[in-house]
Amino acid sequence: MISCDKAAIICNKTQYGEASFMDKLKLKFHLFICKTCSAFTKKNTKLTVLCEKANLHALSEKEKLKMKEQLQHNS
Amino acid sequence: MAALKFTEVNKNLQLIKSNSVTFVNQKKKMTAHQLQPDSWVDLYADYLFNYAVARVSDAEIAKDLVQETFFAGLKSAKNYKGEAAERTWLIAILKRKVIDHYRRINSNKGKAEVRMRYSSSSDSEGDWLEEQVADPFSMLENSAIENEELGSAIYSCISKLPKKQAQVFKMKTIQGISTEDICNELGINPSNLWVMIHRARTALMGCLNENWY
Repeated sequence: MISCDKAAIICNKTQYGEASFMDKLKLKFHLFICKTCSAFTKKNTKLTVLCEKANLHALSEKEKLKMKEQLQHNS
Repeated sequence: MAALKFTEVNKNLQLIKSNSVTFVNQKKKMTAHQLQPDSWVDLYADYLFNYAVARVSDAEIAKDLVQETFFAGLKSAKNYKGEAAERTWLIAILKRKVIDHYRRINSNKGKAEVRMRYSSSSDSEGDWLEEQVADPFSMLENSAIENEELGSAIYSCISKLPKKQAQVFKMKTIQGISTEDICNELGINPSNLWVMIHRARTALMGCLNENWY
């Protein structure tokens, strides 16, 4: 039996496709008996869907560093 | 069909209303606005970049526009009256930059012409006007607008997170960097990372809860 904390971590890993098969099995079993965690999993999955749907873009740290340097040069 | 349109308009109106209410609330919270150019890149670069990419659909150009926005912001910092929040002010500048960009690439008069393509098949002779009419049942445009609102909603929520959490979440979710690489770059261990991800996701769920679930 795994704890809810452990279940939440596995659930997060699942969102990024990084949970192992055994982990997923444990999670499924836990969700079967834990209402709170299944509600959390549902919301968490929705968040992943929303993030994908929004088609977000971000700059890498390197690019930001370059921006900062250029800004300092100019000011 | 008229009824359908009406409900759609109504829905959009409500959306606008709820957005403006949150905006007013945000405005009330912040009383005195000040510019802090040193933290601009950390705080707003991603948000502005996301906004620009949606409009010019080219990452390189979008990056340049964001950079230009920061330069322009620095240059006209003395004109900042503190009425709008820093981010709103920067977005307003970026908006002008995007418009300027399109003006630049369309500087030849010929390029600015709107060209319509008529299908050459003789079957549709005489139907050319009907073809240009917008399809009232198409939800494509609507969902594009909604997705953009969703994007800025997510970014507003991310900006409320602690800096480290926001950074980890962005690297993992948006840039899709592997766990190992992030750990190496930030000097943390994987269980640390997952705890941060967990906190960030929980906070985001709470923040997006009102409008998007």
